[in-house]
Amino acid sequence: MQNQTDILSTAQKVSPFGGDLEGASGDMIINIGPQHPSTHGVLQLVVTLNGETIKKVEPHLGFIHRSIEKMCESLTYRQFIYVTSRMDYLSSHINNHGCALCVEKGMQIEVPERAKVIRVLMDELTRIASHELWWGAMAMDLGAFTPFFLSFRERETITDIMEDTCGARLTMNYIVPGGVMAELHPDFQKKVKAFIKLFREKADQYNELVTGNIIFQSRMKNVGVLSKEDAISYGCTGPTARGSGVNCDIRKLYPYEVYDKLKFDEVIETGCDSFSRYLVRVKEMYQSISIIEQLIDNIPEGDFQAKTKAVLKLPKGEFYTRVETARGELGVYIVSEGATTPYRIKFRSPGFSNLSALNHMAKGGKIGDLVAMMGTLDLVIPDIDR
Amino acid sequence: MSAIKYIKDIFGAVKSLLVGMKHTGYYFTHHKEIITQNYPEEKQQLAERFRGEVVMTHDSNNEHKCTGCTACELACPNGTIKIVTKFEQTPEGKKKKAIDKFVYHLELCTMCNLCVVACPTDAIKMDQAFEHSVFDRSQLTKVLNKPGSKIMEGVE
Repeated sequence: MQNQTDILSTAQKVSPFGGDLEGASGDMIINIGPQHPSTHGVLQLVVTLNGETIKKVEPHLGFIHRSIEKMCESLTYRQFIYVTSRMDYLSSHINNHGCALCVEKGMQIEVPERAKVIRVLMDELTRIASHELWWGAMAMDLGAFTPFFLSFRERETITDIMEDTCGARLTMNYIVPGGVMAELHPDFQKKVKAFIKLFREKADQYNELVTGNIIFQSRMKNVGVLSKEDAISYGCTGPTARGSGVNCDIRKLYPYEVYDKLKFDEVIETGCDSFSRYLVRVKEMYQSISIIEQLIDNIPEGDFQAKTKAVLKLPKGEFYTRVETARGELGVYIVSEGATTPYRIKFRSPGFSNLSALNHMAKGGKIGDLVAMMGTLDLVIPDIDR
Repeated sequence: MSAIKYIKDIFGAVKSLLVGMKHTGYYFTHHKEIITQNYPEEKQQLAERFRGEVVMTHDSNNEHKCTGCTACELACPNGTIKIVTKFEQTPEGKKKKAIDKFVYHLELCTMCNLCVVACPTDAIKMDQAFEHSVFDRSQLTKVLNKPGSKIMEGVE
């Protein structure tokens, strides 16, 4: 009998990941995910705890790996764009945009002005939709349920606009090499203006409800501190890095399309904590609104698509473009052998590098704050795994 | 000093919570701002361009515009479309290529619209139907050209 309990206790103590579950140091290893609502997808976190204090966070990836990069190698340059909507599904339009830019760079296609403006308008609408969803989910991670419905109400207006013009609500596939797939819907301008009016009315409610809330602030301030140097060395981009004071907005640094002609601020906060990352995203929504306001009445006349050959063939060589998605910098790298399909495609996804900073941020923090830190990273798991 | 800060914090906290509760009270008393929809009973009018499934347009004489050029089959990234062609005898005694079956695998389709864009004769288009659940997977493989239909005159 004595022997049996010994075996049982030994079996309980050995973790499937190598270490002791409850060793001499008193550490405890717990699994969060892959089926946990706060991980926003199939992400598994193996957390080493000492009491409530986090000693190590180890993300285990690959649960939703669909080998999109390999898949793209068998698709033509027109076809592979639609697959990238499935990477970062919340900024699917911007993913498509990056791929189309890379193909256009290789083919040296001149995109008409009208198409450029339409693309930027759609990009910014997607960015607002993505940040709206993040805002609701972020508040829900911390236990507030109402903001989720409020943000989805406004996001619905954007998805309706997308549905009118692009034909789909989430995976738009509206961008083709050389322009956009179809002409804007006749009601587009009217609906976008109605949305801007609605957003300006409702966004103050957001700030009153969540940003000013004392419980929210004390759970976010000085939590998950990521210094500027660390943000750079972990390769963080987008709002995650800008919350730590890094200048990394691709729209400002390496302007594409018509961003160099627009007036907007790169939102930078120097608090380095979860709250400043939160503020960056909230302020970015206002910046996107201002970009849309500048463009919506100034859409140039002309073609929405450049004339391209039926079969696209990139010349032999390597091509790289980058765009600013709602989560950070997306790089598209195409190696071409001169055939109709790419030889190799590599996506530098923002979520993967942002996640790598999680261990550093969480070390020394409390397990209850881990969800808040993950929320401010704005993780989209299909983007990390691809 | 810390006692004053302590009391200030408490009042600040109560104030911030009341500001938030103001909105809760607003939605509690304003029922008209309800945005949910009782889906199966009430159905929303979908957008004209909404991509639900691929259909082939037929006119009143049961004629379609598909020449069987397989442009859509080549444009499709997933192998959703398969065109089976046959040879028809024209009145002049010549052999002419025509479609026998336009097979469409709805279970593979991602509604990317590339086939519709590729079609040179506008024979296919996207339809708004989106309630595609069936009990058997084989029901999702469809033949889009109606039985007995033939190509419209003048479409090459």
